[in-house]
Amino acid sequence: MRELAYLRPSDPADAVSLVANDPDARFLGGGTNLVDHLKLGVATPGTLVDVSHLPLDALEEHDGGLLVGANVRNSDLAADRRVRTGWPVLSRALLSGASGQIRNQATTAGNLLQRTRCVYFLDVTTPCNKREPGSGCSAAEGYGRYNAILGAGPACVTVHPSDLAVGLVAVDATVVVLGPDGERRVPAADLHRLPGDDAARDTVLGHGELITAVELPRSAHARTSTYVKVRDRASFAFALVSVAVAIDRAEDGTVRDLRIVWGGVAHKPWRATRAEDALRGRPLTEAGVRDAAEAELDQARPTAGTEYKPAMVRNATALAFRRLVPDLAEEAR
Amino acid sequence: MTELVPSPVEPKAIGTALPRVDGVEKVTGRAAYAVEHPVDRPLFAWLVTSTVARGRVVAVDRSEALAHPGVVSVVDHTDAPRLAQTDNGELAILQDDAVGFRGQIVAVVLAESSEAAREGARLVRVEQEAEPFEAELREDNASYRPEKVNPAMETDTDQGDVDTALGTATTVLEQTYRTPYEHNNPLEPHATTAWWSEEDGRERLTLFDSSQGVHGVATALAPMLGIDREQIRVMAPFVGGGFGSKGEAHAHVMAAALAARTTGGRPVRLAVTRQQMFSLTGYRTATISKFRLGTDDDGRLTAIEHRVQEQTSRLREFAEQTASPTRMMYAAPNRRTSHRLAVLDVAVPSWMRAPGEMPGMFAHEVAMDELAEACGLDPVELRRRNDPDVDPEEGLPFDRRGLVECLDRGAERFGWASRPRAPRSTADGEWWVGTGVASATYPAMRQPGNVARVESTDTGFAVSIGAVDIGTGARTALTQIAADALGVGTDDIDLRLGDTALPMASVAGGSSGTSSWGSAIVAAAQQFLADHGDRPDPGLWTEASALRGDEADRFSFHSFGAVFAEVHVHRYTGELRVPRMLGVYSVGRVVNPTTARSQLVGGLVMGMSAALFEESVRDPRFGHVVTQDLATYHVAAHADVAGIEAEWLDESTTTFTPMGSRGIGEIGIVGTAAAVANAAYHATGVRVRDLPLTADAFLE
Repeated sequence: MRELAYLRPSDPADAVSLVANDPDARFLGGGTNLVDHLKLGVATPGTLVDVSHLPLDALEEHDGGLLVGANVRNSDLAADRRVRTGWPVLSRALLSGASGQIRNQATTAGNLLQRTRCVYFLDVTTPCNKREPGSGCSAAEGYGRYNAILGAGPACVTVHPSDLAVGLVAVDATVVVLGPDGERRVPAADLHRLPGDDAARDTVLGHGELITAVELPRSAHARTSTYVKVRDRASFAFALVSVAVAIDRAEDGTVRDLRIVWGGVAHKPWRATRAEDALRGRPLTEAGVRDAAEAELDQARPTAGTEYKPAMVRNATALAFRRLVPDLAEEAR
Repeated sequence: MTELVPSPVEPKAIGTALPRVDGVEKVTGRAAYAVEHPVDRPLFAWLVTSTVARGRVVAVDRSEALAHPGVVSVVDHTDAPRLAQTDNGELAILQDDAVGFRGQIVAVVLAESSEAAREGARLVRVEQEAEPFEAELREDNASYRPEKVNPAMETDTDQGDVDTALGTATTVLEQTYRTPYEHNNPLEPHATTAWWSEEDGRERLTLFDSSQGVHGVATALAPMLGIDREQIRVMAPFVGGGFGSKGEAHAHVMAAALAARTTGGRPVRLAVTRQQMFSLTGYRTATISKFRLGTDDDGRLTAIEHRVQEQTSRLREFAEQTASPTRMMYAAPNRRTSHRLAVLDVAVPSWMRAPGEMPGMFAHEVAMDELAEACGLDPVELRRRNDPDVDPEEGLPFDRRGLVECLDRGAERFGWASRPRAPRSTADGEWWVGTGVASATYPAMRQPGNVARVESTDTGFAVSIGAVDIGTGARTALTQIAADALGVGTDDIDLRLGDTALPMASVAGGSSGTSSWGSAIVAAAQQFLADHGDRPDPGLWTEASALRGDEADRFSFHSFGAVFAEVHVHRYTGELRVPRMLGVYSVGRVVNPTTARSQLVGGLVMGMSAALFEESVRDPRFGHVVTQDLATYHVAAHADVAGIEAEWLDESTTTFTPMGSRGIGEIGIVGTAAAVANAAYHATGVRVRDLPLTADAFLE
């Protein structure tokens, strides 16, 4: 790996200014992803600004909800009793990802900013627009099993690998960002972006902007939420597809509000708004959920290797509802 | 050195669960692996590899690399030491500008630290000229008939008249089965420490190598380097797994040896990265098996045909013996097998646990499951009906044909009798549930040329053989064998392995280690007692080699097994889980039940992993494997491994070896993927004939 400077500021504002003023600098969190990239030559920064020791590890009540510091470890966030009861989708999403060792090391912000596991992105001998803009996309006509089916562009067909990010969109989380010009708040749903013709950028954050916290508002739907992740291996694998569902039902069983967010299908967590609209205000049936998913999937463009994904994400969505709504499971029986 | 046919050993320590004699060293981290041995002022090597699949190196620009702090030198084809022999296309690296596959070694960077070497390698600019290439195995590749298949078996066999028999058969099954490229992926990546020195006016090369056979490495390297075998010393005291990929020296060993020849005697440490292992250290070829089976009214096979299409590398031939188990597995008067190879511009394939048997028996045993259904027979009964009286190919009686016993005992233990015959007939909540069975087999092998040395010491006996314990427990099992052969306790044995300074030993491969090395140790022990009596003074010694009697002319020697699997398939997501597997084996006398169980269960896990996950995806546009790490080449994780049990029949025939053992390292992986595939079919009614079985194939 390239020789680099390693800085360890004690104040978030200092960290921001160190990176903002050096185009060759990068933040280092838990290191579970970036350190691999350093070894492989996928990332070659001249300076690492270590933010893992900054005092950003609060996990506390805030404004009726919960404030999650950027440095809260994935394992701690998943195990927190308040999270498990108020935002269970987050615990399930976190625990479905990585391994125990990695969850102990990985941070909340780092999880959101992890990069694609596309095999061509990680192989510096092959073209990749995300790693080297303008070099081309090897995945579009290559090994495609993990490729996107929604919102892919000609520049990039990969998916975002984070499970947590999918869950955060389902609970209307807000990401708190500190930049050279001060603090701003970005809805989790807007943090990641579709590739368009600029595959290099995963998120809307600018160079030098540091995630300091994630705010979790309390809601009825967040309390009744779950995460279904589909993969060949029982653990320690990225999603073929995943589904976060959060639902608030009236006493008569009709859907008052809901969120359906898909992972493993797009360059960002994919909020299935068409599916949500099809179900909102109606009583739930499994057939209705499947139809709603199909309505969303009208936009899907499967390619070689991803032909299976529409059916899989539709079924996984039905499964997530079944897990949340016991009478749906009864009905199916 | 004496040669003798050893007499059978009375088991005393043999058969007991002696804890691993090197267990404490390993779990406390004191056991040193290939690049951990302290050496004086090492240089660290990093490999620069080609990025075209076929072509030539036009220029190597070292300037940026050499300017990097810590980088000492760059060795490429223009200045690497010349080899005396270059006919092994895999090992003859850095001799010319030709590139034979993507990922081939084109330069070696030497530096004062591993980090500087790696960065130096990144900074070497290799200009390459690309030529047209072929890197995809298809059914219609141009292919050829190799002279032999691994290790030295007939390429094709033809007995009776298959076509006529199929024409008159009551039931005919014709299907194609595919297995993917797979990589061995031992826990310890390949690694070598090498240095040259001078002794008595002669050059001497010393290696610590992560190898399955130190003598084999010396034998392969010496003529290429233009030195005598005695001028090379190879040591491998501890090895973190191999699964065949360390059975022969691969190109990185030569890279270390060549680079070390340029350093004025400074040792070179070379650790292959996990990514590089997908190009440089061997793999299992993908296979395409075309099966035709015919039976009479009673489900007795009248014809068996197995035609195999697979691939080799242009640089060096390796012909996987995929159809070899088909030749002896079931009785049928008409039988035909063949192997054809496509020559591709790809990395060199090699041994991976049960080469031949693993892919071949996947195909054969799924075909048998399909045939059972077509004949309206229970799959266990179909196999029982086709169990041969004598080896169908050799015509010799089997020393032990334990298949039916394994099937019957396994069926009873697994609860097979209550299984519904029809597929897709059991659901449990969100899951379809099914069970499947497959047979396993592996030939018993004893390699010639093994020599052991027994020496009396103040505390007992030093027993030496230049074999390698790659983590299997060989050091422990051989201690038990030596103790019984000398009539002493295991505490009295100081067993020495892993060094070419010790007597000649064959590779830890082909499940032949314990049989081959153990027989030599028994021979040496028995000769020692004959030479020196059972109360010898310290310092007396005997070297001996074990001859075989005429048993190979009288019997066919094979191990057998039956694998049962329960598979659950998720009705919504298609995900597969294997909550229960049982393997019952006929493998001869088990020397150490703890390490044996570990081998058999490990084989079952690896077979299940192959069934569900393992696939090296080669991108034919580039020519290399793009799933080149353990995040994208999936092996079974802990959560995938649930109730796996292995047991064995109580056997004590000593016809094959004086210990009664027949080898256990590979049979656990054989048939296992078929048992899982058959169970998945039973669960869902979906027949998948290509490995791995992934969730998308079972989506509804």
